[in-house]
Amino acid sequence: MTPDFTSSFPLRAARVHEVCGPSAASFAAVCASTAQGTVLWIREHWRPEGLNPLGLSPFFDPAKLLIAQVKDQTEGLAVAEEALRDGSVPLVVLEISQPIGLIQGRRLQLSAKTGKSTGLCLIPDGMGSNAAESRWRAAPLFDPFSAAGDSTLQRYELIKNKSGTLGSWHVRWDTASRRLHLVSATGE
Amino acid sequence: MFDGIQRRVVSIWFPRLASDRVLRMRPLEGPFALTLTQSNTNRIYCLNTAAERLGLSAGMPFSDARAFCPDLQSRPADPLADRRFQHALRRWAVRYCPWVGLEDHDGLVLDITGTAHLFGGEATLLMDMRQRLSRAGITARIGLGDSRGAAWALAHHGEGSAPIGAALEALQDLPVTALRLEEKTVTALGRLGLRTINDLASAARAPLTRRFGPSLLMRLDQALGQQPEQITPLKDPPHYGVRMTLPEPIGIKSDVMEGTSRLLTQLCEKLKARETGARILSLTLRRVDQDSQQVELRLARPMRDASRILPLFERGIGDVDAGYGIDQMRLEAVQVEPMAVQQISHVSAGHKDQLDDLITRIGTRIGLENVQRFLAADSHIPERSYQIAAAAFSTPDSAWSTIRPRPLHIFPPNPLMGTHAAPTPPKRFRWRRMSFSTARASGPERIAPEWWLEAGGWHTGVRDYWCVETRQGRRLWLFFTPQSPSWYVQGEFA
Repeated sequence: MTPDFTSSFPLRAARVHEVCGPSAASFAAVCASTAQGTVLWIREHWRPEGLNPLGLSPFFDPAKLLIAQVKDQTEGLAVAEEALRDGSVPLVVLEISQPIGLIQGRRLQLSAKTGKSTGLCLIPDGMGSNAAESRWRAAPLFDPFSAAGDSTLQRYELIKNKSGTLGSWHVRWDTASRRLHLVSATGE
Repeated sequence: MFDGIQRRVVSIWFPRLASDRVLRMRPLEGPFALTLTQSNTNRIYCLNTAAERLGLSAGMPFSDARAFCPDLQSRPADPLADRRFQHALRRWAVRYCPWVGLEDHDGLVLDITGTAHLFGGEATLLMDMRQRLSRAGITARIGLGDSRGAAWALAHHGEGSAPIGAALEALQDLPVTALRLEEKTVTALGRLGLRTINDLASAARAPLTRRFGPSLLMRLDQALGQQPEQITPLKDPPHYGVRMTLPEPIGIKSDVMEGTSRLLTQLCEKLKARETGARILSLTLRRVDQDSQQVELRLARPMRDASRILPLFERGIGDVDAGYGIDQMRLEAVQVEPMAVQQISHVSAGHKDQLDDLITRIGTRIGLENVQRFLAADSHIPERSYQIAAAAFSTPDSAWSTIRPRPLHIFPPNPLMGTHAAPTPPKRFRWRRMSFSTARASGPERIAPEWWLEAGGWHTGVRDYWCVETRQGRRLWLFFTPQSPSWYVQGEFA
């Protein structure tokens, strides 16, 4: 039996979570859509792929997004820690390119607790830290029933959870109402 | 009416201001001229004495001057720098009296009423002035009189000083050009036989006014001190710097922070009085061994609230090496922006301030221009449909509209190798070492390049964009270039 999605999905506040998989950025965008206030997105400046604000606009108003271009991961972690501790941004998204250790993860967790803001690390597969509150894997799915061009079916898999059970759900983003809908998985 | 002290005015004329300025930097022997191109002719702008002695004059074409004097050395003139030099001289002249104004573009006027005795009398003051200027290599003609007009006349014609209350006696033999008249008026006066100031002063006033208008006699009266004329001293630009010297050197971070907080309080008072806010602050800490260290703080928006700026200094001060101790601190607002007083109400959120402080703090770590936000731009080209601007120097706008779906990630186009060159999306393709099969595709959406702009990568012509949903799940944004048939991936949807 699948556990209750709502018990773990709006991510627990004042904690640092992790997400991996091909749809990690859209998972972050979904989280940002519910955040009240500015969202800080920290990324390393050498990355070739850029965020497209027009692609973000179905999720939330790109005007509330701040981007910090950092030199390397150390700088990114420092900025994330500062922003989480400050508490004036409810969500800090950090793109990670190298594995982070327990110390760094714990520091992020402590500063999130101090500032009462939520952190989300976009990690490559298997590079998370044990200090994360929860770890998700987000992947797009082909949806044979939706209209062409506006399918947003995804599978969110909870692969680590410090306070609850694991699970896997199919979800769909509704652009008009800006809400995430849970979809019952079709028989496989 | 009070007339206890007679007003005394000094006028200084720099006949060779421009060439003196250049020659001060780079002394030269022999004739020298500055040239300026005016209405397609290169003319002489200013000369030195050697060149004047050879018969050259300002305003003559430079080629003529070269013909007269083959060894004439020249340099292009820079009127703006001359203007700055005149302002510098004005600042220098404040040593004699506080009331110093500019006269035309090549002179100064000083109201030395009541200050001459500080230098041991008027004669000594003029001598001191002359000595200092000649030591600096600047030619100057100095006139002293009861009024601005008299001083000007004496400076430009003959140099000298008019005794108190005897302007007419001092000026009577000077030509009428000494009255700052127009060229036309001077010629007309010459035809009437009025060549000196004495001629003019003894002529009947009414016919002169009828013939030349009121300005002629106004100039005469101003020179003779019968009509007042003001001297406008320039305003000094506000100075946003404060400093503190300590009797004993300090080195503990909390002590330095305390000192900074005292300086900040003083500085913010100044900023508040002038309704400005600091954008860049620079704290200079001088150590006992004469070495000094700087802490620069760039703020995300103009601020003048000491209690908010102080915590932002914490990181910079923590990095300072105090050595044997710091005994002087200086805080300066390097860049200042106008910041009007604002009404504080219960709806104005304090949250915004906190965010700006965070941007400042992050900015001190990674550079203020690296904290960015997106701004909407008016273009169909995907890469140009938005701009990235520094968050500290822009305001967010919410004019985002999309008619067609746009990908979440956008990257430089990756060519799809080994696909057929047909205008419909390939059934199977490989991208980033993964193989995909197309389940559904919607399109095409044709986007033409903006020919009026140089665009990287758009030389292949128009692009037909397709949203391709793969059976593997990923939804990609592909495009086909019909003019040189091949397929590329440019983005990935959510």
